[in-house]
Amino acid sequence: MGRQILLEHINVPGINTFDVYRKHGGYASVEKALKTMTPDEVTEEVKKSGLRGRGGAGFPAGMKWSFLDRKSEKPRYLVCNADESEPGTFKDRYLMEKIPHVLIEGMITSSYALGAKTSYIYVRGEYMYIIRILEQAIEEAYAKGFLGKNILGTDYSLDLYVQPGGGAYICGEETALLESLEGKRGNPRLKPPFPAVAGLYASPTVVNNVETIATVCAIVNMGGDEYAKIGIGKSTGTKLISASGHINKPGVYEIELGLPVEEFIYSDQYCGGIWKGRKMKAVVAGGSSVPILPTELILKTAKGEPRLMSYESLSDGGFVSGTMLGSGGFIVMDETACIVRNLWTFTRFYHHESCGQCSPCREGTGWMEKVLHRLEHGHGHEGDIDLLVDVAKKIEGNTICPLGDAAAWPVASAIRHFREEFEYHVRYPEKVKNPKHFELEPFVPAAAAMATV
Amino acid sequence: MAKVTIDGIEVEVADGTTILNAARQIGGEVVPPAMCYYSSLKDTGGKCRVCLVKVTQGSAKDPRPMPKLVASCRTPVMDGMVVQNITSPEVLEARKGVVEFLLLNHPLDCPVCDQAGECDLQNLSYEHGVGKTRYEEDRRTFEKIDIGDKIKLHMTRCILCYRCTFVADQLTQERVHGVLNRGDASEISTYIEKAVDNDFSGNMIDVCPVGALTDKTFRFKSRVWFTKPLDAHRDCDKCCGKVVLWTKGDDVLRVSARKDQYNEVKEYICNECRYDHKDMKDWTIEGPRHIDRHSVISQNHYEKIDMQKLKLDIDRQLTFQKGKQLPETTNP
Ligand SMILES: Cc1cc2nc3c(=O)[nH]c(=O)nc-3n(C[C@H](O)[C@H](O)[C@H](O)COP(=O)(O)O)c2cc1C
Ligand code: SF4
Ligand code: SF4
Ligand code: FES
Repeated sequence: MGRQILLEHINVPGINTFDVYRKHGGYASVEKALKTMTPDEVTEEVKKSGLRGRGGAGFPAGMKWSFLDRKSEKPRYLVCNADESEPGTFKDRYLMEKIPHVLIEGMITSSYALGAKTSYIYVRGEYMYIIRILEQAIEEAYAKGFLGKNILGTDYSLDLYVQPGGGAYICGEETALLESLEGKRGNPRLKPPFPAVAGLYASPTVVNNVETIATVCAIVNMGGDEYAKIGIGKSTGTKLISASGHINKPGVYEIELGLPVEEFIYSDQYCGGIWKGRKMKAVVAGGSSVPILPTELILKTAKGEPRLMSYESLSDGGFVSGTMLGSGGFIVMDETACIVRNLWTFTRFYHHESCGQCSPCREGTGWMEKVLHRLEHGHGHEGDIDLLVDVAKKIEGNTICPLGDAAAWPVASAIRHFREEFEYHVRYPEKVKNPKHFELEPFVPAAAAMATV
Repeated sequence: MAKVTIDGIEVEVADGTTILNAARQIGGEVVPPAMCYYSSLKDTGGKCRVCLVKVTQGSAKDPRPMPKLVASCRTPVMDGMVVQNITSPEVLEARKGVVEFLLLNHPLDCPVCDQAGECDLQNLSYEHGVGKTRYEEDRRTFEKIDIGDKIKLHMTRCILCYRCTFVADQLTQERVHGVLNRGDASEISTYIEKAVDNDFSGNMIDVCPVGALTDKTFRFKSRVWFTKPLDAHRDCDKCCGKVVLWTKGDDVLRVSARKDQYNEVKEYICNECRYDHKDMKDWTIEGPRHIDRHSVISQNHYEKIDMQKLKLDIDRQLTFQKGKQLPETTNP
């Protein structure tokens, strides 16, 4: 195993309780920050660490913190985004379930840095048992004097609340989350203004992912410069990856950024290779929203360099031959998987989750789903493939929030890299009517078929 | 003040003005269409995306172009900004896409729709639409419901512009209707049938760009283009009392607020004026209502040509044509 920072003590019995967590160095960052550092010094360490947001966009956390309007008379808020609903992503759940106190500790240290007196953790409604775990942890932290008035005898006070969401993917988009937290319908807001200026209750607000906030503890403890030494280039530190699909060992892994993708998939430390001795067909590397890549392009970049698990390497080649690290939802598909069926499933998700506020996403996601449904069920026709490309293009970039893009990218990339499979669905409608079509008879691209003759 | 160039035409506007309103100050064809923005209702806009434009230069200080098309109704101008609307093929292509999306689930029942002739979507699709639909599936449908005793909601026609919710928020005591559900299953509705009942609720009908909200007291009485619109007023202690009477012979078939050239109401009227005074004798008649010549309603109306206005129109057209032939340097 590489360097473990977040999951170092994951297997210690009772690590979910305050006492055991504390015995293993827990809450040290709160002590260090509140007693020996000013809030700005904490922010400075986070900046130096090069930590990038772990929620999907990879925006530098320290920079986001420094945008917070500190001149405003209004209260400031820190909101933790624990809405985790991106298909293929389940790392925040794992962390909160096993080591809830690392999030509570991160919330206290980060709130101190930002000058927030009230902070919230917004958890997706389906994670009800996680909500209970967090509330239990918060209660313990209050009892031990790490939350509430005058924390550790200093003049810093903080109240921390858990808010369950209603079960909508769109409430993971930060401004929709804030609307929902305010008790309104979770529609994304038009930006600007950004939350750093007018967020929760029109006050300056920082929204960060669970993993981002949990990582702040380690950064404060070891120092930003030290943290920046872990990882590769601008992808500093470690990242939780939720690995799923046709692999031998699905699960949540903490990797040091810069690990070769090939090692991650085939090493026994991580995914342990493709199951049932099959070959790999494709990978969705960062959650359902990022472009899908075929085996050749996920293992090596178009330039022939080994592809690494880092923000830069995964996006090498842009959308033509690259993808994104996203939220770290790593979905592997073997040779029996049907790209069309998989894409239909993703698109059905975006159709179901669109908030419906803007016309391209509201109407376009449903349209794409219907076309994919008929292609996959053997009712497609010639023009459908180009129609999909065109509809995706008309959604992308033209919507209020990035959900529109997230729905368009998978469609565009699947057709870019697997067009032949779509054509096969038009040509052999009877064969694809059996949902297990590629399990019975794996799809062979024309080039490979030629080579075997 | 900020200087902004839209499709090659320069205009100086107050700081904070949106691109759309700057374009409206120029007038004519450089004005982007708008289906959800409504100038007299705060916070409207940004949703329908038909007003998307391209910003090829952000400002004099920071000349970088904006990475995506922006909603002109919600994007403020900056000094030195350069914008392309109808001179950008990318904008026209995106707009065609938006119109197609808006029509995707729209029933196209114009022949039986009360809004026909004064429908913004009808006008929009006429100007920007594509002739043939590429959508093969069933359109979504909803039951017609009464959301108030005077208002019929025909949700199947709604384009979810949210204007009616802003009317309820900003003109009435409390909002009792809103958007339920999500995505293309979203619908405007009330939890309790016929719940909409207050002095200014009728304005929801006027702001609705399509035939989703219609005046039950006017339904199917007449096609609008067979009626004669008259400007009229009365003393009213609740509102401005300035209305349009839609008449046939001596009968007043409908009363509505007055709309400007962009089909927007500037002065709202109360329900008493709208519903309870359908008698010519209650009103002081000012004269025939000017109807924009773009509208289908103008078919049977002939007005004296205003030479001064005609000259302005021609001048603007000429400047615009010149603007179109500007070298492509503004578009890197
Ligand atoms: C449709 C949509 C869903 C999102 N869902 C989540 C989510 O579940 N969790 C999350 O942390 N970020 C999610 N994001 C990203 C957030 O908007 C935001 O960028 C993030 O919470 C910022 O935190 P970070 O900087 O720490 O990554 C989502 C974004 C979009 C557009
Ligand atoms: S892009 Fe989709 S989810 Fe985002 S605001 Fe528009 S309709 Fe809502
Ligand atoms: S009912 Fe009319 S005004 Fe209300 S959202 Fe629908 S289209 Fe807009
Ligand atoms: S008018 Fe601008 S988005 Fe609708």
